Amino acid sequence: MSEALINLFESWGIAKVPEQIAYLSDFGTLAFNVWETVYAPALATLFAYMIGLPLGIILVIGETGGVRPMPKALMSVLNTIVNLLRSVPFLILMVMVVPLSRLILGTSVGTAATVVPLTVAAAPYVARLVEISLREMDRGVIEAAQAMGCSPWQIVTKVMLPECRPSLINGATNAAITILGYGAMAGAIGGGGLGAVALMRGHGRNQIIVMYVAVIILVILVQIIQSIGTAWSVKSDRRINPTETKRRT
Amino acid sequence: MSESIIQIQHLSKTFGDGTEAVHALEDINLDIRQGEIFGIIGLSGAGKSTLVRCMNLLERPTAGTVTVDGQNMTALSERELRAARRKITMIFQGFNLLMQRTCLKNVCFPMEIGSVPAAQAQKRAKELLELVGLGDKAQAYPAQLSGGQKQRVAIARALATEPKVLLCDEATSALDPTTTISILNLLKDLNRQLGVTVVVITHQMSVIEEICSRVAILDGGSVVEMGDVQEIFSNPTTDAARRLVYPGGVVPAQFPASTRVIRISFNGGTAYDPLIASLAIDCGVKVNILGADTRNVGGKAIGTMLLGLPEDSNEAAKALNYIQAQKNITVEEVPDYHE
Repeated sequence: MSEALINLFESWGIAKVPEQIAYLSDFGTLAFNVWETVYAPALATLFAYMIGLPLGIILVIGETGGVRPMPKALMSVLNTIVNLLRSVPFLILMVMVVPLSRLILGTSVGTAATVVPLTVAAAPYVARLVEISLREMDRGVIEAAQAMGCSPWQIVTKVMLPECRPSLINGATNAAITILGYGAMAGAIGGGGLGAVALMRGHGRNQIIVMYVAVIILVILVQIIQSIGTAWSVKSDRRINPTETKRRT
Repeated sequence: MSESIIQIQHLSKTFGDGTEAVHALEDINLDIRQGEIFGIIGLSGAGKSTLVRCMNLLERPTAGTVTVDGQNMTALSERELRAARRKITMIFQGFNLLMQRTCLKNVCFPMEIGSVPAAQAQKRAKELLELVGLGDKAQAYPAQLSGGQKQRVAIARALATEPKVLLCDEATSALDPTTTISILNLLKDLNRQLGVTVVVITHQMSVIEEICSRVAILDGGSVVEMGDVQEIFSNPTTDAARRLVYPGGVVPAQFPASTRVIRISFNGGTAYDPLIASLAIDCGVKVNILGADTRNVGGKAIGTMLLGLPEDSNEAAKALNYIQAQKNITVEEVPDYHE
């Protein structure tokens, strides 16, 4: 079978076919690259939410007229930081945070090291996504909660976050996919994974089949994340999917 | 007379400052009695919603005091205020239910906030849902309910903390006439059964007439008239009150001074009795409909009509007697206030 495949590709004028097929046939290597593509962005998404979720909440509740107004100066500082970080192109940001990676992880190369720039780039993005979700919240419901004697903390944890859950899940899906894309880009500065494979081996060594296979796997990964995210969001939304809970009360 | 539950003294609320200041409320004085159903009526922009939000301090008054059940609300700290709000709950035009929670969990919510044990809260929530006639909807989500059902859940939720006062901010304005009547009847029942004081904010005169014992008329941020509903409705002395009381914004002053004007209210008699036509046929008297705001709610006539009587005093008396003899209709003569 692989003989026929090699002949087919060679008939299209593709160079170094046997070498490429051999590389792609090594399931272990491929699987390891997929793993590297997934775990760094997954960790970065987690860390980005640890920073971005509270930040996004503060951006909403801290403004004038919010649930828990905070000093105007603090709010403008936070907004400026978010905007600054968001306006630096990711490739440049990666280079800029090299000292930070070194400080935290002791190294600035390798897949693990990309978690640091990915987190720094994603946290402000996540903050804005969370902010957008929470702003969809019906003001009237918050007012009702206040009228019932909710504290700001209770409004955040018992009203805003649960009520915005479907939208927050959509945001997280969006964030995960964007960070996955950033992670592939991190291959350019020494990260691993499918991005690095496509860039270094596929493009750099002119192994075009390897490049396409790497890209196709990335596309599939994005599709999987999007499908799971959308399905989860819809399933959890009691406005469009009011399944009765079967739990006995 | 029973003692007062809400006292508002010299309350003012100004939004913004300097030249852009908007005086939403100016020197409001109100005394709402325990156990009554008190109405606050006014047109859009009169300050009704601001006033009701000053009662539970969702809006902080610029000046004046609000005393609820002997407690000066304006003097409380944020923490004390949150506790006090359990005794003065609220329902809204937009229902404001938590859409991601079941009805039962919605009703449990205020008790959850107040650290009532979950089992006890659920038991009470079930009882409350029964009370508002939605015992079978405990596990349904608000998205599955009609507007009237949503408002019933909101009422059950508002009652969860055993409040002394229930504030209703345009609670029936988003509902159709039939549902409005059923919600108003529910509020009336709850007032009677539980003794909860109800404050109704509305722009619909029919709502006030249906359930309130006393009413304050708000216009331009001030209370222009206050008193028993019957008195105010039969003899509105200010322009704002007349605009609200007379159907269709009719201004009786525009009719010749010789015209006797009567206001009749349909209080739920059958909608299929043609009153004006029978008047013409049975008595041979022709009356002039100056304005009307009547609705057919479940086959019952509800609303008001303003009639101009014939100039001939005999005919006028005949018509008046005829109308007075009808069931479920009240008649008042509109006093002459031609200058």
